[in-house]
Amino acid sequence: MCMFQSVMNYFPEEVLDHVFDFLTSHRDRNAVSLVCKSWYSVERFSREKVFIGNCYAVNPERLIDRFPRLRSLSLKGKPHFADFNLVPHDWGGRVYPWIEAMAKSRINLEELRLKRMVVSDESLELLAKSFPNFKSLVLVSCEGFTTDGLAAIASNCKFLRELDLQENEVDDRKGHWLSCFPESCTSLVSLNFACLKGEVNVAALERLVARCRNLRSLRLNHTVPLEVLQKILVQAPQLNDLGTGSFTHDPNSETYVKLKNAMKNCHSIRSLSGFLDVNGRCLPAVYPICTSLTALNLSYAPGLFSNELAKLIYHCKKIERLWILDTIGDKGLGVVANTCKELQELRVFPSDLYGVGNAAVTEEGLVAISAGCPKLNSILYFCQQMTNAALITVAKNCPNFIRFRLCTLNPVVPDAATNQPLDEGFGAIVQSCKGLTRLSVSGQLTDQVFLYIGMYAEQLEMLSIAFAGDSDKGMLYVLNGCKKLKKLEIRDSPFGNMALLSDMGKYETMRSLWMSSCQVTLGACKTLAEKMPRLNVEIISENEGGAGEGEARLDDRDRVEKMYLYRTLVGPRTDAPDFVWTL
Amino acid sequence: MLSHLNLEATELRLGLPGSDDLPSTNKRPSPEDHQTPPAPKAQIVGWPPVKSYRKSTAAAKSAEAESGMYVKVSMDGAPYLRKIDIKLYDGYSHLLTALEDMFKLSIGEYSEREGYKGSEYAPAYEDKDGDLMLVGDVPWEMFMSSCKRLRIMRGADARGLASAQH
Repeated sequence: MCMFQSVMNYFPEEVLDHVFDFLTSHRDRNAVSLVCKSWYSVERFSREKVFIGNCYAVNPERLIDRFPRLRSLSLKGKPHFADFNLVPHDWGGRVYPWIEAMAKSRINLEELRLKRMVVSDESLELLAKSFPNFKSLVLVSCEGFTTDGLAAIASNCKFLRELDLQENEVDDRKGHWLSCFPESCTSLVSLNFACLKGEVNVAALERLVARCRNLRSLRLNHTVPLEVLQKILVQAPQLNDLGTGSFTHDPNSETYVKLKNAMKNCHSIRSLSGFLDVNGRCLPAVYPICTSLTALNLSYAPGLFSNELAKLIYHCKKIERLWILDTIGDKGLGVVANTCKELQELRVFPSDLYGVGNAAVTEEGLVAISAGCPKLNSILYFCQQMTNAALITVAKNCPNFIRFRLCTLNPVVPDAATNQPLDEGFGAIVQSCKGLTRLSVSGQLTDQVFLYIGMYAEQLEMLSIAFAGDSDKGMLYVLNGCKKLKKLEIRDSPFGNMALLSDMGKYETMRSLWMSSCQVTLGACKTLAEKMPRLNVEIISENEGGAGEGEARLDDRDRVEKMYLYRTLVGPRTDAPDFVWTL
Repeated sequence: MLSHLNLEATELRLGLPGSDDLPSTNKRPSPEDHQTPPAPKAQIVGWPPVKSYRKSTAAAKSAEAESGMYVKVSMDGAPYLRKIDIKLYDGYSHLLTALEDMFKLSIGEYSEREGYKGSEYAPAYEDKDGDLMLVGDVPWEMFMSSCKRLRIMRGADARGLASAQH
């Protein structure tokens, strides 16, 4: 080891630098930087892409200080449960300070990828004006901006290659942001505005597509009608990834015939999505594309009948990723199982979100998929009911799951056949799938399932728990057993102080812990915060009253409604709103 | 765990008409549970765990779909009525074909002058004002938004309606 070290030290830094160029994953680079001081130093000057999983774990100054050559930054803000309205608005996660700091330090930022962050128009304007080589903006599940901010990006980023907006809440000012791309802009490779609610200038869109010869990915919003789609496809037959806007027209019309022909000419499309408004009788136009598709997302397509979906899927023999609504039914999933032998990832979303009607998939569909699709490794499945027997069969059929997320629409429903908890079923999953890194459980569950998880889920990094368990033992099994756990999120489960405080050091090995509507008290949270200065323990209250009143009202023995704790190098955050109390 | 979600009286079904009925699972959780679990079909904040973006898009669509597109269809002499979603059809020919199929009859060709010639039946509808109108006179979009109820008339009444229009 000593000899190796001294041999390595003979290499000039340029050589190390060159070697490190081959390390692309941030995990590898993080590992390498821990080897010794000189490697840390070489690595930090050579790193161009940085990933920060929790924006409050560090701050912009430290980022810039350590990685002055930064070109590409990925940031994540709010905790995952914010997606389900469990985190109040204004909790935080604003990107502005990061952009401001990078602008001040003249960072040569080219790419910015944000998830669950608050992005103001002001930030977008600053971004657009501060980084002359800016090329790629990807916003996932963000909020806080309007189409004015997009106009700033379109107008100013001369070399923009990618503008990818996924599932953001955007205030549509009905301006002409799309028309702000200057005539000189020909660099676009990827444009996704499917989540925007307002109309765009279709003439400007058509011209933009015509002059961006390198355009590979285009996802339209629901206001773009089928006639325009047809014209766009004629201009851009080279597309790899297409999101249709509205897909409804009279199938007897000339426009529809032209669309069919245009689609036949698109030999490169491998990924298809959209159908935000769809007439099932227009679907046959896409059949020629289906044969080469590897990814298909129909989860936003309303009102397609199971047989229409099945007919479409019948053509998709090469599909690797399929996102669909549960209107497909168990029978439709049977068609998927028989047809899609290359399937790796399946997501079945619920269609009936507000009513109390029958959802259309059960354990049968899941079993069929597991039996028919040998390459399946990732699943998100919303279902009406589940059984242990089915899960055990699935575990046997598919030992390769890396992501397994099951959501029963009734969060505490027991085994539909035996009325028992679903412990054994999930136990079989974790025992069989040795590579499982992400798990979400649901249905009636006791501490037993957590015993299994702690025992078998050795690679587990993220676990989501809701309405499960009987006592602190459940949570303890997980904390003690899952050595690689990074993110634990729990809601409405009877875990309390004993579990929270049993191994406080564990939380420094994790990114974060969320507990809401559990049994932890304020006193225990205070104890934890006091003993672990490198954790931020946030108490989030619902009330408008603010932390002052909250502090006065809450007694140490009171249960805490929402607690979010995370490791951090920079202490309590300075931008916390009134209702967030960092202990 | 009160929900801020709006429970509409009208249920939306997005499944295939006539799809298999699934066994209902209204099983109550066992009494040993420490938590008092919610009633099986109560609305809980953040459950099912679906992104709020997805929920808001679905809500917008279900609001659209719920806006009066299901209409009752009666046929003179038939013991019970049917219900159809006129939004599913792209135009009159599609609608009439569906009605012919549903009621096992033939409706005949529409002409502005003579109504539905060549059959005993004429499709009529009740519009927003409560008037009985012949299907086919107005543009399809206008028909979709004004049609409250459909009625398949037969015999002399049908012919009377056709000639009364002109």
